[in-house]
Amino acid sequence: MSDLPGIVESWIGQRRHEEDGEFDVERGFVLTGCSSVENGNPLYWDEKVANEISGGWIAPPTMISVWCRPHFWAPYRDEEGLALRTHFDLKERLDCPEAIMSADELIFYEPVRMGERVKQYQILQSVTGPKTTKLGTGRFWNIQVGYENMKGDLLVREEIAGFGYKKEG
Amino acid sequence: MNNLTLGAVKVGDTIPDFSYDVTATTVAFGAIATRDIRPMHHDKDFAQNRNGVKDIFLNTPNLAHWFERYVTDWTGPKGRPGRMKFRMKGSVFCGDTMVFKGTVTDVSTDDKGCGWVTVDVRVDVENATMTSCEARFAVPTGGSDNPWARKGDDWQP
Repeated sequence: MSDLPGIVESWIGQRRHEEDGEFDVERGFVLTGCSSVENGNPLYWDEKVANEISGGWIAPPTMISVWCRPHFWAPYRDEEGLALRTHFDLKERLDCPEAIMSADELIFYEPVRMGERVKQYQILQSVTGPKTTKLGTGRFWNIQVGYENMKGDLLVREEIAGFGYKKEG
Repeated sequence: MNNLTLGAVKVGDTIPDFSYDVTATTVAFGAIATRDIRPMHHDKDFAQNRNGVKDIFLNTPNLAHWFERYVTDWTGPKGRPGRMKFRMKGSVFCGDTMVFKGTVTDVSTDDKGCGWVTVDVRVDVENATMTSCEARFAVPTGGSDNPWARKGDDWQP
């Protein structure tokens, strides 16, 4: 029998935090991302190459989380916008003030195109019983994040493994 | 401009190392570029006194883009990411020199005729691996092939 709080148990396997991105995918931010890692891939800088190879401008696939991360502040929200809210829900409900991400898998489907609005959902897949590591005592969890465009095309599926814990002492 | 094709790759091939000196600007710019305003990526005092680490450090989404850039520098623009699986072991801090290294572990063609290379990539600091990544990228099987043109059932990442 699981020792998880009932509310956490009820989240497993359920789509939660289905949210639309707060702005459209746009090229200025694509170039900011490319600039930050000195990514000179002509797919993102040369329109002729982009038209020939990807049928127009697209975003680097690894930039997917950019399009769904909430604004840090917005006039329509009373609290700080949080990405990956399931992770923070678990920290709170399982009394794990600290957490790390130990693994992350990104599976890329349709390319992300300029002008699209990306939406996401999160599914808690599993939570272990209490475990003690050198960091402290806590639990491991797995969260799936699905990213889609407004037509419902799957863009990226992400599988995130985290460990929430309390420091010893 | 590189334009790697499947026939030019074999298991055991290595990607040239790429070394980069990480500054506070690298870390903070990377956080801004991924819209990540959490203080451990721009506030040294917070990183040291709240997180107990030596300095601000690269955030995961920006590090993922560094990995993508490293592989597509090798493949050229027709190289299309299929999946990337990261294992985080340590952080890359301001003041570190990070070194990306890659070795081809698999070369294959799927039943839709798409060519795939799998590369074990890692970013090292002082010869210790901070993050490893198993990266599966599609590359053209020939001069006229273009993995980006695949969609639906023809794209099996």
